Parts: sequence; structure tokens; C-alpha cells
Amino acid sequence: MTLGRRLALVLFAFLAFGCAQGTPEQKPRAAAKGGPPAYGDALVTGSIGEPSNLIPVLSTDSASSDISGLVYNGLVRYDKDLKLEGDLAQSWDVSRDGLTITFHLRHGVKWHDGEPFTSRDVLYTYKVLVDPKTPTAYSDAYKQVKTAEAPDPYTFRVTYPKPFAPALESWGMNILPAHLLEGKDITKSPLIRHPVGTGPYIFKEWITGQKVTLESNPDYWEGRPYISKYVYRIIPDASTMYMELKSGGIDEMPLSPVQYQRQTNTPEFLSRFNKYRYPASAYTYLGYNLRLPLFQDKRVRQAMTCAINKEEIIQGVLFGMGQIAHGPFKPGSWAYKPKVNDDFGYDPARALALLKEAGWVMGKDGILVKDGKQFAFTIMLNQNDQRVKTAQIVQQRLRKVGIVAKIRVMEWASFITNFIDTGKFECVILGWTLGQDPDIYDVWHSSKTGPKELNFIHFKNAEVDRLIEEGRETFDIEKRKACYWRIQDILAEEQPYTFLYVPDALPAVSSRFHGIVPAPAGIGYNLIKWYVPKAEQVY
Amino acid sequence: MGRYLIKRLLMIFPMLIGISLITFVVIHLAPGEPVEMQVSMSPKISAATREKLREYYGLNKPLHVQYGIWVSHLARLDFGRSFGSDHRPVTEKIAERIPVTLSLNVIALILEFCLAIPIGILAATHRDTLVDRSISVFVFLGFAVPTFWLALLCMYLFGVKLNWLPISGLHSMGSDKLPFFGWLWDLAKHLILPVGIATFGSLAGLSRYMRSSMLEVLSQDYITTARAKGVKERLVIYKHALKNAMLPVITLLGFSLPGLIGGSVIFETIFAIPGMGQLFYQGVMARDYPLVMGILIIGAFLTLLGNLLADLSYAFADPRIRHGRE
Amino acid sequence: MRSSTPFMQFWMRFKENRFSVAGLAVIAVLFLISFAAPLLTQYRPETINAWHVLLPPSSAHWFGTDELGRDVLTRIIYGARVSLKVGFVAVGISVAIGVVVGLLSGFYGGWTDSILMRLVDIMLCFPTFFLILAVIAMLEPSINYIMMIIGLTSWTGVARLVRAEVLSLKSRDFVLAARVLGASDARIIFRHILPNALSPVLVSATLGVAGAILTESALSFLGIGVQPPTPSWGNILTSGKDYIEFAWWLSLYPGLAILVTVLSYNLVGEGIRDALDPRRR
Repeated sequence: MTLGRRLALVLFAFLAFGCAQGTPEQKPRAAAKGGPPAYGDALVTGSIGEPSNLIPVLSTDSASSDISGLVYNGLVRYDKDLKLEGDLAQSWDVSRDGLTITFHLRHGVKWHDGEPFTSRDVLYTYKVLVDPKTPTAYSDAYKQVKTAEAPDPYTFRVTYPKPFAPALESWGMNILPAHLLEGKDITKSPLIRHPVGTGPYIFKEWITGQKVTLESNPDYWEGRPYISKYVYRIIPDASTMYMELKSGGIDEMPLSPVQYQRQTNTPEFLSRFNKYRYPASAYTYLGYNLRLPLFQDKRVRQAMTCAINKEEIIQGVLFGMGQIAHGPFKPGSWAYKPKVNDDFGYDPARALALLKEAGWVMGKDGILVKDGKQFAFTIMLNQNDQRVKTAQIVQQRLRKVGIVAKIRVMEWASFITNFIDTGKFECVILGWTLGQDPDIYDVWHSSKTGPKELNFIHFKNAEVDRLIEEGRETFDIEKRKACYWRIQDILAEEQPYTFLYVPDALPAVSSRFHGIVPAPAGIGYNLIKWYVPKAEQVY
Repeated sequence: MGRYLIKRLLMIFPMLIGISLITFVVIHLAPGEPVEMQVSMSPKISAATREKLREYYGLNKPLHVQYGIWVSHLARLDFGRSFGSDHRPVTEKIAERIPVTLSLNVIALILEFCLAIPIGILAATHRDTLVDRSISVFVFLGFAVPTFWLALLCMYLFGVKLNWLPISGLHSMGSDKLPFFGWLWDLAKHLILPVGIATFGSLAGLSRYMRSSMLEVLSQDYITTARAKGVKERLVIYKHALKNAMLPVITLLGFSLPGLIGGSVIFETIFAIPGMGQLFYQGVMARDYPLVMGILIIGAFLTLLGNLLADLSYAFADPRIRHGRE
Repeated sequence: MRSSTPFMQFWMRFKENRFSVAGLAVIAVLFLISFAAPLLTQYRPETINAWHVLLPPSSAHWFGTDELGRDVLTRIIYGARVSLKVGFVAVGISVAIGVVVGLLSGFYGGWTDSILMRLVDIMLCFPTFFLILAVIAMLEPSINYIMMIIGLTSWTGVARLVRAEVLSLKSRDFVLAARVLGASDARIIFRHILPNALSPVLVSATLGVAGAILTESALSFLGIGVQPPTPSWGNILTSGKDYIEFAWWLSLYPGLAILVTVLSYNLVGEGIRDALDPRRR
């Protein structure tokens, strides 16, 4: 579970459970016992990975951001309905031209070591993010800033040279304590293993490879969290983690689709745990290298989409717990167009017709041939259980229309360096996690096709470029919506990716925790309001 | 003796160079770069940012220069800092893990010797009978079962179904508040499954070795003589034969050394034990060159040292070596 | 005893241990199964059925279906091919290297011996599985690499065995006689020494095959073993480990396959060792 405080758009490498945001589909069963909210008890959660670095600007892994999301705050954050609200900033003004944002910071907020929080901290965080010496993955959004200033201890002002729609969202970045870091080498700071923040939980200890323990912050400005302790246990094996959940060793974990559907419907499990289900902010796709002649004909890409049965993938891989993806936006969000003009649904006959139109004829051995060459290529992907399954289903479907796809599963780092970055791939299965702002400049703009950039499939479309630019340079939601809806129609027609699916996030939480209110933002947004009635407390 | 000692000590240096070369070669077979893990392909990273990271880590120098730099650092016992985003010194990360792995392995090793030796003797004294055959099937069963499968089955049975034992980790929540013996008991309960399964898996090698060593001794003339003289069979075995049969088994201890520091990736992953195996595996997957090289080098060096000590004490005990060559 | 040839003598002694004979029978059956795989099953090991995922054993699928609706029995039968291949090729490589190094080292002695044996010592300083892990994770997890790396890291035992054997054979009468008669080094090595040094190598090779199968399954557990859709026992078992509780068929059968096979190789190895043991006449 992630609070989603750090609003970065990160390609998800291993886990299917990214930020927990969306609409709950299943109401949890209300636990029989109960009682008034009470302080105390502990929430023990499990993680496959160990946090790498608890200074949030330096880390990109989900384990680190789980912890720093509780220890730190940003200036703004998303509320339960995914609207931006003030966090460390009590309010903000945007100038008429949209170029200047003035944040009015909350008074009386203290760092965990007792020092007051001021605009100096915000200014420091900004400076560290744009400092070329800082090895951070998040500097781009802050480099758009022309000037940043702190006119008084409770005011922070940034000015942009041109309107930048994701600007406000970017200030959800966790703010660092200037008094502990300024003038020091941030990469060697003790805060890496012992963070000091302003958040609802205070860092207590980190035992390498075992657990990270946080304790509730009695002076938290929103009020002291009910649950006194948050323990983050590191359990590297997924099967072990599930057994820990069942035996009571941990209180919550994200379930896999199989676990959700087949293994956790016993009365015993349902009486001890509440299960939740809502769409994850992520999608998985099959991407084509558009520099290759093989995939340059859009009819070929359309045919491949027609040949693939997305329902089958959702059934086989997700046990039905996900939805078909048609485009790069989150279903249900304002940028998402519910019905694109033509989504090239599963239709093998149409696939064959399109391929014939493109000049491919069926050879004797049931493999398509054009100019004496067979239709064969390799799908590359990283080690991710769901993606490996998806690849095998895609492979089988393509074979049925005469296309031979080989599968190559690779270790993440070498996959990215040697194949994605160098453009030496034919077809890939990858996924993106999505932030709340729909700006897709980095992935779809033609200027981002350089080496090591993210439009690695080399999608170049003048109209899409123009729409992306328009969309990020205005604050008018309706105007932006028009841009993104048009983009979705173009992408559906072009099929540069075969968009596959949006999986569901499936967390299970011990039923002794009360006060969990599923909302579009998932369940983790109000962690500080979760409680265990006195009678049910175990730790 | 003095000459032998000097010869052995001098031998360490070429061995160390060999170790460092193998380590370096193994690591640089790798095509990927750690920068990729660091940035994990965030769309918010520009190409310039990536280059910046690359330079920051000094990865743009030629290989032999990198080796030179690395060895000169090694000579000063500087193993560098992890490429991971915490940038901690490699030695610190290793030091944090060695105690867990080492103590776990030592416990398992002691158990292994305590069980395998009697089993081996039993098999030898009942050679070719059903006892012998059953023992061999039993110990080979331990060797043959895929450990992670057995581990998961035991976890499910003892942890989930029967709820007798904790499933993973080393301590329960709040065990630090228990009195010392309570704390120890808690720890012991956590260790039963991993140590037990590891021991079961390693019985085969040692017990079979003990068996054949015992058989070898039992076929010697002096045993036949003793038997002919009417010495009781028990006495023959435990007084005369055992002592001699144990000698080669003890040398086997030397061979267990690399395993002691190595740790098992599989056990540590499945039982969530923060040891060297886990650290190494994570390092390898993340292309954390300094960490992986550090573990290989330090592990190999400690093993080398252990072997040397074993050899020297052996030499000290063995008059043939003490007084001359071979 | 009327046993005439050395092989017959060997067989008579091997036969005494019924467990070893049973092991040999299991291995023989496995070979038959892997060669006759397509005849034994009506399914293909890669055929997916997304609507028949994780079905329990039935008359249509004797061992049930896996997480992609594939027939588990079929995958285990085809997996036998892969697992046996991994075992034999890996051991082939390690025996080849080990025999050459052992022969050179033992026969020539001196500097050759010192250098080669120091190399062995260096190799022995590294935990083998760490080396395998490092190389495979950093290259790519393909079946060819896996066989190669297991072979390249496991030859030291064979080398030491062969060397010891050569040292003891070198001073035997028949070798000395051949030398006096002016036989070349190569002739002495290949005609006189190698055949006599092979028996311990055979034992260690048998155990090596078992070890390689286990190593592959361990790598599969870590996700860097034989890659899908190719079935190996290791990767079938790994995909089954997440469903131990309710889809037991997916882990039980491949687990037993590995267990029985590895056990068989060990029992056969032990049988050979006992049968060749000079102390047993």
C-alpha cells in the first residue's frame, strides 16, 4: 500500500500493485466486534523489497516511498477523491497568467526533532532537486521553474517561464529538513537511514533485512494517528508473505488475483480480513518498435491488436480482475475517453484481412509470408509473473493468425540498457504507472525519442505533439480534456502500443482495523484515522 | 616447519590476485549498468540526468583502468560504496549481515556433524543390511528434495495449519521486551525450520563420507587383529576404529568454510533471514558492482584464511609435514 | 564365480544393492519417457487455455492444469527432457575440464601442477552457487548458459580426483613399463592412465547430474532458470509454489519428479562406488 504522496510517474518494474487509487468495487464486510476509536496497537505490513534510501529525492523504489510517505509531507497532496489539497501548504494562489504559484505554509508545524518547519526547508528541497550534483530521478519538473523564492518564513513562491500544467502536482514532493541537510553532501547524510520529517509517523529504527519501525507522531498537525506503531517487515518471497498473512505475522498485503479469487474466500479468512478491490493506476502494453519496417504499416499493428484477445489475458492472468486498456489514461479519470472511435477488439478474421491488405499471405506451414520472409519476431520483457503469463498468451494468439513470436524474459537492468535504450528490440511487454496529472509528454512526444528517452518506440505524430503541448500549457480542464480525448482516438487508430489491461489493486487488511474508507484514492489515504478498538488490540 | 610456513604464507599473494581477477571478470561479463536500476526508467528523467549519474559513478572509464583503481583500493582495504541509492560502504553492509549468516551456518554445521557422524557409523557397522540401505535412502532424500519446496511445505504445515512455529524472520514482534531466555526461545523457534531443513539437506555428504571412512578403517589389519584377539566389537569400533576414521572427516570441516560465509540465497529468501545470500542476490540483480565484488572477495579471502589455518594446524599436528617436505 | 569380463563382475556386485538397481530402473524409464514424450500425451506442453486455469486432476488432465491452463503431466514429461539435458551437458562440461586438468596436473607435476592446483584452490574459495548466480543473473538466464556455467564452476572435484588417481597410477609397474618401451606421453595418458582413472569419475559424474538438476531448480526458484514457455521441473515447481495450499498438484508432481530422479542418481552413484570398491573384493 502506498500513500501516493510522491507523485512521480514511474514505470513499474516488478510489482503489479502501484499506487492504490480508484473506486472500490467490493464493500468490505463489516467486522462484528467494534468499539470507539482508540489509540494503540500496531500495523504490521509486509514488503518484498527493502527500502533503499529514506531521503525521498534519492530513491525510486516503492518500499522507500511507502516509508517516506508516512515520515514526510509535501506542500500539496491528493485527497480521497484525487483532488489536490493543501498539505504543508495551507493554501496557494496561482497568478492570473498561471505562471506564478504562491504557497502559504502552515504555521506551527514542527520537524520530528522539534525544529520549526519554514519556507527555508521548501527552498532547500527545491535547490537540492535541481542541483546537478544530486543523483535524483525527479529533477525535470523542477527545472521548469524560472525563479523560486522564500519572501518570509511562511511563504514560498515559484515562477515558471510558460504555463506548466503539472506544476502544482509536482509540489507534492516530500519536503526535506534544511537544518539537517543544508551545506552537507546529501548522498552521505545519516538521514538516508534515519529520516527526520514532519509526517504522521516518526522514524524509530531500521533493522536491515528485517524491518523498519515507525511510531505515531503525538504532535502531528492533523492530530495524533490512532495506530501507535507502523512496522514494515521485509519478506522477500511472495509465498512466504501470504503464509505470514494467514498465520497473523502481518496485518495487510496486496493479494495476487489468484489469492483474491481462489484462496481467500473461506469464512475463516473473511472473518479475519477485509479485502478491497479497485483499479490500480497502471497499465500494461505491448509496444512495437516503429523504426522497423515490419511494424511501420499501421494495418499490421491494428491486425495484431485484433488477433490478441484481451479478455482472455484478463481472464487467464488477472482472473478477471482488471479491465481492458484502450489508451494511456486511467479509466474513470477526466482525461480518459470511455469510448474511442475504433478500439480494434478481438477479431481474428479482421486481423487476417488487415494483414492481407498489408501484403502478407499465408504460407504452407501456416505462417504469414511477404516478399519471401516469414512474419516472425521476438517479444522482450522483464521478470514479472503477470507479464510472463501475458506474453505466453499473446504468443499463442498471434500464432493462430500466422505470426511467430518468440519470448525473451530478461533481467530488468540489462533489458533496459541493452535493448530499450539502444532500440534493439522488436516488440516489448512493459507497463507504466500513472500519476494523477495526465501529461504524457515524456512518453509520447516526438522530442522524447532520443537515446535513453521514454518514447523508445519512436512514435512520431505531429498532431499528437501539438495536442500534448497544448494540454500541458493550459490550466483549463475542459481544454485539456479535449486535447487528451483527441489523442486517445489517434492512438487507437495508430495502435503504436497494443494497450492490454489495467489491473486491479487487491489489498487485504486484518479486520481488527477499523476506519478504513475506500475512496477513489484507494484505502491508504486516511491511514492516520485507522484504529483498533481497545478490545481487539493485540500488540 | 618454518620453510613450510613461509611458503604457505607467500602463496597467499598470487591466490589473492587470482581471486580478484576471477571476481572482476565475473562481474564485468555483465552488459547492464547500475544507473538503470537507480533511475528505474522514470519518465521524469532526462538523458542528461542519466549521463550525470553515469559520470557520478565513474562507469565511463575503460575496464583495465577500473580494475586498477579497484585493486589499489582493495590494497587499502577500501571496498567502495554500494551503487544502491543508500551509498553505504560495502564493508558496512557486509558486516551487518555476516553475524546472522555465520551463526546460522555454524549452528547448522554443528548439528550436521552431531547427526551425520553417528548415522555414518551406524551405516558402516550395519553395512549392506536394511539399516544401511534405509539410512542411505533417508539421507539422500534430504539431499534430493528441492529445498524451497520442502521449506514451504513445512512452513505451511507447522506455521499455518498447526500454528506451532513462526513462519519467517528471526524475531517476533515485541520480542525485544522479553526477558533474555524468553527472547532466546523466541529466536530458537524461528530457527527450527531453516536450520532443521538445511541440516537435513546436508546430512548425505558427511554421513556417507563417515561411513566409507569407517569401513576403510574397519578393513585394516589392526582391527582384524583386535577382533581376532577377542576384543569386544563395541570397543573395537568406538575405541580403535572411530579415532582413526574421524581424522579424514575432520579435514572435511575445511571444505565447509566457503559455505559458512556464503549463506544460502534460497533459505534466506524464503525464510526472510537477512543474511549474506540475500544481500548477494540483491546485489547481483541490481548490478551493484562494488557490493558483489566485495562479497566475493571478502568471502573468498576469509575462506582462504580459514583453509590456511586449517592446513597449518594440520601441519603442526602431523610430524611428516612438520619435519620436511611432503 | 564364473563371471568372465570385468563388466560382468561389476554388474554382479552392483546388482546386490537393490536400491541402486531401482534407481537405475527409474533413470532408464525417464530416458524412455523423454524420448517418447510426444507419444505419451495428447497435449502440447505450451498450449494455453485461459479458461481452464488451475484445474484439479481429472480424467482429461491426470495431473491437473497449471496457472495458464496447460496440462501439468505433459509439461512434466517434456520437462524431463530439459532437466536431463541440463544434467548431462553440465556434467559433460565439468568432467571434460576436470579430467584434462587432473591428467595434466597429475602427469606432468611441477609447475603445471602447482599452477593448476592453485587455480583449483582459488575456485574452491568461492561458494559455487554465488558464482553461478552472479554469472547467470548478469548474462541472461538461458538454458545454454545455465548448462555452461554449472559445468564451468563444478569441475574442481573431478580434477582433484583424477589428479590423485593419476599420481597413484603413474608409479605403477604397467605405466613404468610402457614408458621404458618408449610410449609417448599421449599414449601413456590415454591408453594406460585414463581408463584406470575413470571409475571414480563415473561416480562423481552421476552425483553431478543430480546436483545440476537441483541447481537448475534453485535458479528457477529465483526466476533465472530455464525460461518459459519451455518447461523444466524447476520452473514448473516454482510456478506451483504460490499455490501449495489449494493447487497442490502443480507443486507436488514436479517436486516428486525432482526428488525421485535426484535420489535415483545418488543411489546409482553409491551402487557404482560400492561395486568398484576394491575392499569389497
